[in-house]
Amino acid sequence: MALLQIAEPGQSAAPHERKIGIGIDLGTTNSLVSAVKSGQCVTLADELERHLLPSVVHYSETSIDVGYHARDNSNADPANTIMSVKRFMGRSLADVTTHWHQLPYQFVADSVSPRFITAIGELNPIQISSHILSALKTRAEASMGDEITGAVITVPAYFDDAQRQGTKDAAQLAGLNVLRLLNEPTAAAIAYGLDSKEEGVIAVYDLGGGTFDVSILRLNKGVFEVLATGGNSALGGDDFDHLLASHLASQLGLDAVEEKQNHRRLMNAGKEVKEALSNTDISRVSIQLVGADEGTEVSVNLDQLNQMINDLVKQTISTCKRAVKDARVSLEEVNNVILVGGSTRVPLVRQQVETFFKKAPLTSIDPDKVVAIGAGIQADILVGNKPDSDMLLLDVLPLSLGIETMGGLVEKIIPRNTTIPVAKAQEFTTFKDGQTAMLVHVLQGERELVDHCRSLAKFTLKGIPAMTAGAAHIRVTFQVDADGLLNVTAMEKSSGVRAEIQVKPSYGLEESEILDMLQSSMQNAKQDMQERMLKEQQVDASRVLEAMHGALAEDGDELLSDNERKAIDHALTSLGLCAANNDIDAIKQAIDVVDKLSQDFAARRMDKSIQKALAGHSVDDI
Amino acid sequence: MMNYFELYNLPEQFAIDLIKLKEHYQTLQKLTHPDRFATASEQQKRLYLTKNSQVNDAYSVLKFPVSRGEHLLIVRGVELPSEQDTVGDVEFLMEQMDWRESLEDASTEDALEKLVTDNFDVLVAQEKVIGDLLSHNTDEDNQAAAQELAKMKFMLKLANEIETKLDRITDS
Repeated sequence: MALLQIAEPGQSAAPHERKIGIGIDLGTTNSLVSAVKSGQCVTLADELERHLLPSVVHYSETSIDVGYHARDNSNADPANTIMSVKRFMGRSLADVTTHWHQLPYQFVADSVSPRFITAIGELNPIQISSHILSALKTRAEASMGDEITGAVITVPAYFDDAQRQGTKDAAQLAGLNVLRLLNEPTAAAIAYGLDSKEEGVIAVYDLGGGTFDVSILRLNKGVFEVLATGGNSALGGDDFDHLLASHLASQLGLDAVEEKQNHRRLMNAGKEVKEALSNTDISRVSIQLVGADEGTEVSVNLDQLNQMINDLVKQTISTCKRAVKDARVSLEEVNNVILVGGSTRVPLVRQQVETFFKKAPLTSIDPDKVVAIGAGIQADILVGNKPDSDMLLLDVLPLSLGIETMGGLVEKIIPRNTTIPVAKAQEFTTFKDGQTAMLVHVLQGERELVDHCRSLAKFTLKGIPAMTAGAAHIRVTFQVDADGLLNVTAMEKSSGVRAEIQVKPSYGLEESEILDMLQSSMQNAKQDMQERMLKEQQVDASRVLEAMHGALAEDGDELLSDNERKAIDHALTSLGLCAANNDIDAIKQAIDVVDKLSQDFAARRMDKSIQKALAGHSVDDI
Repeated sequence: MMNYFELYNLPEQFAIDLIKLKEHYQTLQKLTHPDRFATASEQQKRLYLTKNSQVNDAYSVLKFPVSRGEHLLIVRGVELPSEQDTVGDVEFLMEQMDWRESLEDASTEDALEKLVTDNFDVLVAQEKVIGDLLSHNTDEDNQAAAQELAKMKFMLKLANEIETKLDRITDS
């Protein structure tokens, strides 16, 4: 497949070939990949027709094993079988172990961020997640028989910036081009909304293995507008399993040491019990403890389970209540309720959701698959296979963004449930003469004290022109993109100087660490880093060429002066020549030249199309 | 500062057609949303990200009367008073104190519902006054409108607190 088609100036480049976009549900317990085949979005199966891929990775000196095999042998080697790695994304080790103190894994001792010690060495959650994503990518390539253009990867709506960035980094490591990070409840709404062609207000209750989300959306003529979202990124079916595991441990008379030793077996048994009780009133399991010759039988009934999990389920209902209020709708206005995630099969969950919303929830689409399907539908649109699609997703920021001010307080810059993308600017000034740097601490959360919010990152602004104290007007812009990720830029207004920003994320990895990981993974996979970077630049170049030729054909005569036009044409020819060679830096520079020369042109085109549309012409005329 | 009325192609005035606003919002979203540019060049992505962010901010500003009024004044080059300025109005301060006392005293659902209605009536009246003042676009009336907007902000804050208290009572 040719990477680059150099077109004659004035002609648009490649004809519209079908590109492949895939949807990935990277779940705590199970993952799935989907794609549109013959007009339908379907989840892709492995050789044994299994659609789910357990999010379990087993490391041995000779291999990395992802999925069922790894999961079914987890009792044998718990320290090297990583389960629910999603819980560790964007978190500190202490965050997770305070909640889960019996994990069988080995961690590097004095590291704030989790570093697993495994048979193949130290691994962080991003690397482990990338192994799961790689397996899904391989499955998709085999199933679709061609290269994947890009993927839409879902994340819990309540995931914060660090958790989202970690997910994106994992995808990059796995060699996936992320088209969008999509919120799981929104993905589910897409699958249902397009399926049923209904309009109105939908509530999505998503209880997965490790996370809980509730989203209230309004669907109208293909526009999915998230009105409000709430959740808990540390509450899920795993917590039910944990309660059961503790119950089983006390039934078996185990002490703390024995409980920890048998943690994996107890958790697996607890999960088995939970799933059984979705269909019967009493469940009997046999647990073979470490060192025992045979299993011991224990039983749990539905009432006992309900008592154990009641508080947690009630918590989720309170969150639903707040979300409905934030959405400024009444319960009566909610037309439909969708249940998502395996844990919604638990009877008590279904009952309480139905009682709260006063209507029976929809479950016609498999709750395990619905998120992946929604993601696949969006991926197909984002790669350009559906140019006539009217679908539009208007999602929101789930957690307020704020900055630390005097006295350990947080000042909110962007409130939760604001539609994204969004940008807000804040003015700062210096407090010392000649001050050339400034620190901005960004946090996420609803509370007023720094200690009660989640630290996102510390941004150091450098290169502020030296002035007297208070004379500098530094405009800091907080930009949240459609993935829910924050980007900070700063400019000193009187001089027009752009400040250099250094980011120190509070959780997760710095950019340099990601690059290191990327390079070392290349070497391990015997893939040429240079080769990949060259290819990426060439794809970029071909996009720029295609877009510019189209733009010039449409608006070149009207919106450009002769000189401007000449300069751009010249730059495009240079770019075309560079792209056919192997000098990565030359291509990058050539793209930069085209960018700079065409910036005003692009802005004029955008303004023209906006004015035209608003003046009453339909969007189709353009 | 970007002129949001211009961006939305709506008349530069306080009175607004909310249906038209929504229609133009949908049109602008269809044109500028990042999802339309997922495979475009980096330059295009950046350009449309900034524009779409403006579209979103403009929508929330134009939708609500206080933010719309303030934006109109900014576009007209009028400086908005800081919080301290309104505190100087003694009569207004006394009124606020009365409201707060009533809120503290109200402990039943009925009493609070009455406050909601009364507060709402004041907000409606304030909006009308602001609309009148802004329609003339004279220096004097713009200044007066700025003061009224600041007062309306206080009343909105109060509305929030009444609602919060009402929620607490109905929840328990």
